[in-house]
Amino acid sequence: MSKLGWWRLGVVGGAVLVLEILCRTGVIDRFTMIPPTEMVAALWRLLLAGELNRDIAQTLSNVALAFVLAVTGGFFLGLGIHAWPRLRRVVDPFLATYYAVPFFVFYPILIVIFGMNDLPIVVIGFLFAVVAMIINTLNGLDRIPRVLLKTARVYRMNPLATALKIKLPAAALHLFAGAKLAVAYAFIGVIASEFILSASGLGYAIAYAYNNFNNEKMYALMLFIILLVTAINMSFYVWEQALVRRWGRG
Amino acid sequence: MSEHATLAGVTRVYPARAGHGAVHALGPVDLSLRSGEFFSVVGPSGCGKSTLLEVLAGLAQPTEGVVRFEDRAVRGEVPEGVGVVFQEDASFPWLSVADNVAFGLRRAGLPDAEIRERVDYALKFMGLVDFRGAYPAQLSGGMRQRVCIARTLVLRPRLILLDEPFGALDAQTRLLMGDELLKLWRETGATVLLITHALDEAAMLSDRIAVMSARPGKLIEILDTGWPRERDSRIAGEDDFGHITGHLWKLLRGESLKSLGMEAAS
Repeated sequence: MSKLGWWRLGVVGGAVLVLEILCRTGVIDRFTMIPPTEMVAALWRLLLAGELNRDIAQTLSNVALAFVLAVTGGFFLGLGIHAWPRLRRVVDPFLATYYAVPFFVFYPILIVIFGMNDLPIVVIGFLFAVVAMIINTLNGLDRIPRVLLKTARVYRMNPLATALKIKLPAAALHLFAGAKLAVAYAFIGVIASEFILSASGLGYAIAYAYNNFNNEKMYALMLFIILLVTAINMSFYVWEQALVRRWGRG
Repeated sequence: MSEHATLAGVTRVYPARAGHGAVHALGPVDLSLRSGEFFSVVGPSGCGKSTLLEVLAGLAQPTEGVVRFEDRAVRGEVPEGVGVVFQEDASFPWLSVADNVAFGLRRAGLPDAEIRERVDYALKFMGLVDFRGAYPAQLSGGMRQRVCIARTLVLRPRLILLDEPFGALDAQTRLLMGDELLKLWRETGATVLLITHALDEAAMLSDRIAVMSARPGKLIEILDTGWPRERDSRIAGEDDFGHITGHLWKLLRGESLKSLGMEAAS
């Protein structure tokens, strides 16, 4: 790890240590927050007991579904918008302002349309993630050297083959940026939906623990989600860096 | 020798856009490439040389006129049997050198053994054997261009179009690449069209050289070099080489000044 990396680790470690001390000395009371070490211990017990396995599996499968739909859908929507400049000029401002709309408020409509099940949760996760993917796909496609597209025509490739064999790898590093955002957004969308729309899943479990003053469980679950998202994002990052080293900057 | 590809009355006009009027880039041009010849086109910068190549390759539609390759009209699609090497680096950065070279063969669905054989031959021919597992980012510009040439060569095109393929290389490397190009041309028997702005390159490599005018590009003269088929960069030392480049420059000087917006002094 670089020197800067150690410093960053030190900042995080230091903050956790300060929190631990504040909690242990009673500056922060136990009703507000439990010490980080107890969060870890509580999480460990929860995982060993296996009582959350169903919730974890449900949330992860919803996130995975929302993520896969958003990444593939976002890529192909991006391709379509990119191939049709007039459409792009029309939708550009909508894409740019998309995240300014708190579309979460539409959740009752989604329930009306899809019913009270996992579907509206996946749809909200998808809606959160897909536009980040579209925007990054467009970015990546804009930066593909024209000569590579001419080369595709010399190889007499049809539009689908060009998309999958040329555009996809040529824009891969930008697509990675989109996918990393899509993971985070899919988690936000799914867990936030579970808070209000669901009777199971990690979001529901956190809300339930909160309502029952079960701080131990609540903080353990929060820690779990943060560790999980960080691990997923880091593995994307490692993969991305390996490609950058091999391919050069895209 | 028979006609391999022809342009008849070909023009290319880029339609008017916001900010500027229509641009008449090319023509009318009449040109006939003979089977198996090495033909070069020289001209001042911006004269439409690349447009000529793109129209002939089927990458751009002619505004008027007809393009034919092996007795079939070329219309908006690159015909089978035509290979193109561009001026810009067109190697695929996400594929190793060997996979880059094998790209077209895999698309054509050839058996693995044949792909391996052809790729090995092309890598050896272009001096890339030691770099077969490398990625383009690890190679110099000249080597990447060799990857692109190898990638075109393995498909055994009958017509090879080269758009200033050595434009980004230094003069010595360019001469040596010219030698390799001549070797390739002799071995494959393909017809070669080379677009270049380097008069010495055209004079050394070609059977015939067409000189283009400033925009809109038209062919002013087509000149026979009379070189034997067996030749290499050493002909740069011969008297005829000097005569040819001298003649080309005489034709081009005025056009080049025009393209720079200056009038010829005399």
